[in-house]
Amino acid sequence: MSAKTLYDKLWESHLVRQDANGTALIYIDRHLVHEVTSPQAYEGLKLAGRKVWRVGSVVATADHNTPTRDWDKGLDGMRDQIAKLQVVTLDENIKAHGAKAYYPFLDRQQGIVHVIGPELGASLPGMTIVCGDSHTSTHGALGCLAFGIGTSEVEHVLATQCLVAKKTKSLLIRVEGETGPGVTAKDIVLAVIGRIGSAGGTGYSIEFGGSAIRALSMEGRMTVCNMSIEAGARAGMVAVDDKTIEYVRGRPFAPKGAQWDEAVAYWRTLKSDPDAKFDRVVEIDAGSIQPQVTWGTNPQMVAPVDGKVPDPAQERDPIQREWMERALKYMGLAPNTPIVEIAIDKVFIGSCTNSRIEDLRAAAAVVRGRKVARSVKLALVVPGSGPVKRQAEAEGLDKVFIEAGFEWREPGCSMCLGMNEDQISAGERCASTSNRNFEGRQGAGGRTHLVSPAMAAAAAVSGHFVDVRTLQ
Amino acid sequence: MDKYQSREGLVVPLDRANVDTDAIIPKQFLKAIGRSGFGPNLFDEWRYLDHGEPGMDNAKRPLNPDFVLNQPRYRGAQVLIARANFGCGSSREHAPWALQDYGFTTIIAPSFADIFFNNCFKNGLLAITLDASLVDQIIKDAQATPNYRLAVDLENQTITTPGRQELRFEIDPFRKHCLLNGLDEIGLTLEHAGEIRAFEAKHKATQPWLFA
Ligand code: SF4
Repeated sequence: MSAKTLYDKLWESHLVRQDANGTALIYIDRHLVHEVTSPQAYEGLKLAGRKVWRVGSVVATADHNTPTRDWDKGLDGMRDQIAKLQVVTLDENIKAHGAKAYYPFLDRQQGIVHVIGPELGASLPGMTIVCGDSHTSTHGALGCLAFGIGTSEVEHVLATQCLVAKKTKSLLIRVEGETGPGVTAKDIVLAVIGRIGSAGGTGYSIEFGGSAIRALSMEGRMTVCNMSIEAGARAGMVAVDDKTIEYVRGRPFAPKGAQWDEAVAYWRTLKSDPDAKFDRVVEIDAGSIQPQVTWGTNPQMVAPVDGKVPDPAQERDPIQREWMERALKYMGLAPNTPIVEIAIDKVFIGSCTNSRIEDLRAAAAVVRGRKVARSVKLALVVPGSGPVKRQAEAEGLDKVFIEAGFEWREPGCSMCLGMNEDQISAGERCASTSNRNFEGRQGAGGRTHLVSPAMAAAAAVSGHFVDVRTLQ
Repeated sequence: MDKYQSREGLVVPLDRANVDTDAIIPKQFLKAIGRSGFGPNLFDEWRYLDHGEPGMDNAKRPLNPDFVLNQPRYRGAQVLIARANFGCGSSREHAPWALQDYGFTTIIAPSFADIFFNNCFKNGLLAITLDASLVDQIIKDAQATPNYRLAVDLENQTITTPGRQELRFEIDPFRKHCLLNGLDEIGLTLEHAGEIRAFEAKHKATQPWLFA
């Protein structure tokens, strides 16, 4: 048998049928459901008189829409009536159709769907995992095939446990060497996107490999895989190693006893064969990566912190130039402005990219003993889940943030997409640990700069971007 | 899903690359629990001068005269043409729903983001990938020529320009079949229910922990 990539192995082990034209039916092991992309799918199911194929595959939570304060007021604390209807609709749909587990708004285990999946052991190596959310690629950090789907596909998976799909090409991104101090998983993935572009991964599934990826913690790998979609890729994944297995061990939904041993033996095969062929390989030197800050309205518009906002006049391609000019106009930035001279109004530490415990620790380490700059109007910390929040509180991180002038909130997507009231206003500039800096993403007219948690914390205490290495 | 009707349509050129789904339909409109009614909020932040929220009377809102969709000559357009990587970002299917609700039947671009591309076909919206130089030509012609229309023929996989230039496009045969016949993909998959069950039984035997 020929050598296989990790993606080949995951694909082949879920292939139900393959048609001559390349279209395949792929079996889905885990279906994560949230309130925003599921109502129309359940409605479609009902209209067609269909049932959920395998209720045990569904894990659901409400995260996108939910407020991050006034939880003591219960559902009444949710002032947005349209959003509330969506949250209540999810309650009703899960009640009617069932789920393996459901963490509704206000539940102790509730959190961002991509944070709670791995945390619960509901996302396991070797699985196929889908969710009506593009950042489902996060779970690929566990050595599984995880990708985002649209609402029609949510309905399709609910009804058939399968997806109609075509195999993608494979892209290996090998990050070799050691990252310097202050350089995190977020900086690695932003540098990758800066290098290959926001459409550079279109048509591919990415495997992240190399010594710098193996050196990352599981949470760091999740941050990297999370942003695969920002490079346009279908999925992102990392091979299983000891860290993967130690991470999964003992989680609530992880296999136990004899099944655990059997599972681990299988999981250890989940890596690309040494001579496996990828359709494309990109090599990146970890040592060359600096802390990153985006300057534009797309994640590929990124620069090292010691760099400058680029000058569109230097760009030869007219379409590219026009795009850069439009972005700079929207961002209110002049070409050649040093990144460290960009002042900020708000700070957001959270999202499925960077709201896990290690992210909060990294931000708190910078904040400790310092104050949020007076020019900063709002600095928010939104933990990724109930368990993350409690862990942080047990370590006293909440106090570090609050003493410095941050607000410490309840879990959810929050200002990552601003569907609830956590938003930035027109013209405001935000240092954000989230994953998208599109126009209006965090609030109409708002300006987003994507950074790591440590860099966001450094910006918060300085009032402008600053090289976190100068603070440590 | 409705059948895709091949016909001639007025073209609106959206001369931008990397149009993301946040721009196509901003998040505040994703709170709806239905599939329809998103058209008036398509490209909301570009199209209106004020900030849109669900429940507003869109007819009374100030339009941005500079935005291409608002120019009277493009009223009633059915074909949208844009630059590379159209539909990137969020998986929100509200994006094709909004485009369709507005009246578009066909989107043409040099390349599309993967999830958006999929989502279009699930809703009977035809997304056509065309060579960047051809897209560039059509965008310029559509800007220069009033009432610039393209005839899209899905059956024969051709686009015909007003100058009678016939451009061929590629499409996945299964997708084409579903569009032409307005087929329900779930129904098609369920025809293989026996195979799915057989796979499931085997999968459960080899990885029982997945079914715990
Ligand atoms: S945190 Fe942001 S990117 Fe992640 S699931 Fe929520 S809205 Fe999507």
